[in-house]
Amino acid sequence: MNDMTPTRDQRAAALEGMGCKRKRVEDIRFTQGKGNYVDDVKLPGMLHGDFVRSPHPHARVKKIDDSEALKVPGVLAVITAETLKTVNLAWMPTLAGDVQMVLADGKVLFQNQEVAFVVATDRYAADDGINKVVVEYEPLPPLVDPFKSMDPDAPVLREDLAGKTAGAHGPRKHHNHIFEWTVGDRELTDAAFKKADVTIKEMISYHRTHPSPLETCQCVCSFDKIKGELTIWGTFQAPHVIRTVVSLIAKLPEQKIHVIAPDIGGGFGNKVGAYPGYICAAVASIVTGKPVKWVEDRIENLTATSFARDYHMTTEIAATRDGKVTGLRVHVLADHGAFDACADPSKWPAGFFNIVTGSYDFPTAHLAVDGVYTNKAPGGVAYRCSFRVTEAAYCIERAMDILAQKLGMDPAELRLKNFIKPEQFPYHSALGWEYDSGDYHTAMRKMMETTNYAALRKEQAEKRAAFKRGETREIMGLGVSFFTEIVGAGPSKNCDILGIAMFDSCEIRLHPTGTGIARMGTKSQGQGHETTWAQIIATEIGIPADNIQVEEGNTDTAPYGLGTYGSRSTPVAGAAIAMAARKIKAKAQMIAAYKLEVHEDDLEWDIDGFRVKGLPERFLSMKDICWAAYNSVPPGMEPGLEAVSYYDPPNMTYPFGAYLCVMDIDVDTGVYKVRRFYALDDCGTRINPMIIEGQVHGGLTEAFAIAMGQEIRYDEAGNVVTGSFMDFFMPTAVETPHWETDFTVTPSPHHPIGAKGVGESPNVGGVPAFSNAVNDAFSFLGSTHIQMPHDYWRNWKAAKELGAVA
Amino acid sequence: MAKTHVTMKVNGAEVEGLVEPRTLLVHFIRENLQMTGTHIGCETTHCGACTVDIDGMSVKSCTMFAVQANGSEITTIEGMANADGSLSALQEGFRMMHGLQCGFCTPGMIMRAHRLLKENPSPSEEEIRMGISGNICRCTGYQNIVKAIQYAAAKLNGIEFKEAAE
Repeated sequence: MNDMTPTRDQRAAALEGMGCKRKRVEDIRFTQGKGNYVDDVKLPGMLHGDFVRSPHPHARVKKIDDSEALKVPGVLAVITAETLKTVNLAWMPTLAGDVQMVLADGKVLFQNQEVAFVVATDRYAADDGINKVVVEYEPLPPLVDPFKSMDPDAPVLREDLAGKTAGAHGPRKHHNHIFEWTVGDRELTDAAFKKADVTIKEMISYHRTHPSPLETCQCVCSFDKIKGELTIWGTFQAPHVIRTVVSLIAKLPEQKIHVIAPDIGGGFGNKVGAYPGYICAAVASIVTGKPVKWVEDRIENLTATSFARDYHMTTEIAATRDGKVTGLRVHVLADHGAFDACADPSKWPAGFFNIVTGSYDFPTAHLAVDGVYTNKAPGGVAYRCSFRVTEAAYCIERAMDILAQKLGMDPAELRLKNFIKPEQFPYHSALGWEYDSGDYHTAMRKMMETTNYAALRKEQAEKRAAFKRGETREIMGLGVSFFTEIVGAGPSKNCDILGIAMFDSCEIRLHPTGTGIARMGTKSQGQGHETTWAQIIATEIGIPADNIQVEEGNTDTAPYGLGTYGSRSTPVAGAAIAMAARKIKAKAQMIAAYKLEVHEDDLEWDIDGFRVKGLPERFLSMKDICWAAYNSVPPGMEPGLEAVSYYDPPNMTYPFGAYLCVMDIDVDTGVYKVRRFYALDDCGTRINPMIIEGQVHGGLTEAFAIAMGQEIRYDEAGNVVTGSFMDFFMPTAVETPHWETDFTVTPSPHHPIGAKGVGESPNVGGVPAFSNAVNDAFSFLGSTHIQMPHDYWRNWKAAKELGAVA
Repeated sequence: MAKTHVTMKVNGAEVEGLVEPRTLLVHFIRENLQMTGTHIGCETTHCGACTVDIDGMSVKSCTMFAVQANGSEITTIEGMANADGSLSALQEGFRMMHGLQCGFCTPGMIMRAHRLLKENPSPSEEEIRMGISGNICRCTGYQNIVKAIQYAAAKLNGIEFKEAAE
């Protein structure tokens, strides 16, 4: 060896593998405006489709007259439910086992519902056509309040379900009832409450909101009549699922459908489901024989394409006098809007809401969820969330604070007292989950030490005294949140979508020159998969990340996968990548043994190649093994170096974290200031710390938006009153707080590289931190629970109701 | 609908086209000129994804008609790289500081930051946050965008960039 020989550290660094803050490969094109998003796709002769939408939340559609519209220059067709019936597509199945109108069939059930689809030569002509379609409506009484949905005299919304006493998830109690889902031991829980020294009960609402990625939902559909093939470019978080769904509902052979998800401008759950725009554009292409583009505008996106949350959670905790929790009882009223279009694994009507016992050792718990119909947009997507985990975390974290208040205990101390202990993992929760790993006490104590929590509490006490003496009009709140997430859906034993197990996949093919391409069933919408997936491969098989091309989103080339949402990419596809890489490494070892003329067992892996044990100079790099794989493999071995893995995870992963929000609120104006926000996340093994930090910043900002104002609100007449960025709170750089991030590392014991997923954690833990800060600020004035969102006006109103403002 | 002839200079090149009076500038840029780096994220001039530079000002091209831009000089994201094709200081800053994720707001954000640094070559963090408040990002939480702009400002001013302490 001479001085030029790279050290082991240098060789490892050159790979830019796991743990490296590798700069993103995607950024080269994105910073130059060279991304390729759906609206950038232009095909010869392409037409544009756009919707006529209902101004009414509930009405009978008496007549649709398209005669004037068809006279508009450029307008070629107007598609209605009647047109769709000829191809049996007037209704479509939802992921939740319900059916949904593609276009209004006799009735409309929410404001801005799709009524007709106008197809024209360009988007301006389509808009002209929309204005000329005359629809005659007979308004019906709207049902807006979910708490009135099961009144005996509540209007019948879903006439198509008349006489159906059971839905996809069991019996229906009322004509507007969708399902009841119960988990846990009711008797044991009731008994715990009877015995309890202390109980609390509160109705905690998580309001309706919307993921609103900056790029709306859109597609281009192109049907080739000669070949009988349909190609769809679309904003799809799960391209393969879309292909299968299209095949099943349009009765096209699956091999004749090509789904391409190009660059996607953010998803946050909005782009998981199938929407009427996709169906109409596909039918329009089949009818006209030309490619048809559909691009929704922002108002359409906010008002019609998938809401999130809208959970009303009556929560009770039983506890001993000294603050040990003994039972949890939760009833949820879930407002699903006009159709149950929740994007959950099929067997889970309320997603993974049964993670609601959180990070605490509840000996018993019982949960019941009632889903109901209202005259609101359908959806129920997981907005930066793993299937109702955000709602569950908010519910338990708010409730723990309410219990602390009743007991006169510090909220952090109450949590520390009730945490599942490190030695209890794997931990079986009262509502049926097996938590894989965790060290909650360490994370919580690190948060408390880093933020100097005790000093902040002291300052708060002084400020409260000063407020009572009339020396200040500002109140201070500390929002503690400790969340446990459940991500990585999921094991085939309990997770499927329309019968397809929720595995994920990776195919790696190495080229003779020591480079390669890897394809996955996932689809990045900003998470940086092209960068991080290559890092896993680099560490596993010693090929520099720069030499691995990552490709996702083309169903013709990528192995089948269930897509990217619910923080499932790293737990599931990340594992598939490691497993595919290990298959390659196993074959590479055989080739190396043959080339080095030793037995396989005499070799050891050394960063980027194999070395003969005890003979350090006898080494073969992966680069050389790649070449050998194509020209001198051992006798009897197939040439080439590639592998595919379909990974069915044995369990979910359970990331967790400890957050603290320090907030000051001016009672006379309701104006708040986030003085400090500290977020400690434990997502197990960290693949790219830079990207993790970016995910945490983004998730916290979305949590801030939701907790402090972002709401899809309806008035009593069923009008959406927050239908554009004018009214729907979108924080800018000015409002957004500064974020402090921190971490602990507790690897997942069952994941090949120990990673757990992180994208959604900050949203799950962030919302309760903000809301607890507001509630903590007001608590000394006598409040127990103030509903979100906590905008200035509502803060002022709270202050007024508590008598703090004249 | 009758069409109007417009000419403008885009990224240094003379361009022309026939547009309806109602054609939005952003559609002219994206559809007629086929420069798709300028994006559309809303229709109420809130999100700023469509921001371009017109005659020395940041303009949201979704709220301006193409005919209003007749005779003007426009720079879009496609005109932002260095002459040799390498990333400009701002583009490099966004990459180095992880100032983007999905990339959809990025062109508008870079165009706004470009003008901001012309108006104020050494902005404070507060001035940067105020200066980009017409541009919405859903992914990054802005913190790294602020750093990206600070990185570019330092590089353009010929000083070493020191990341602000957490």
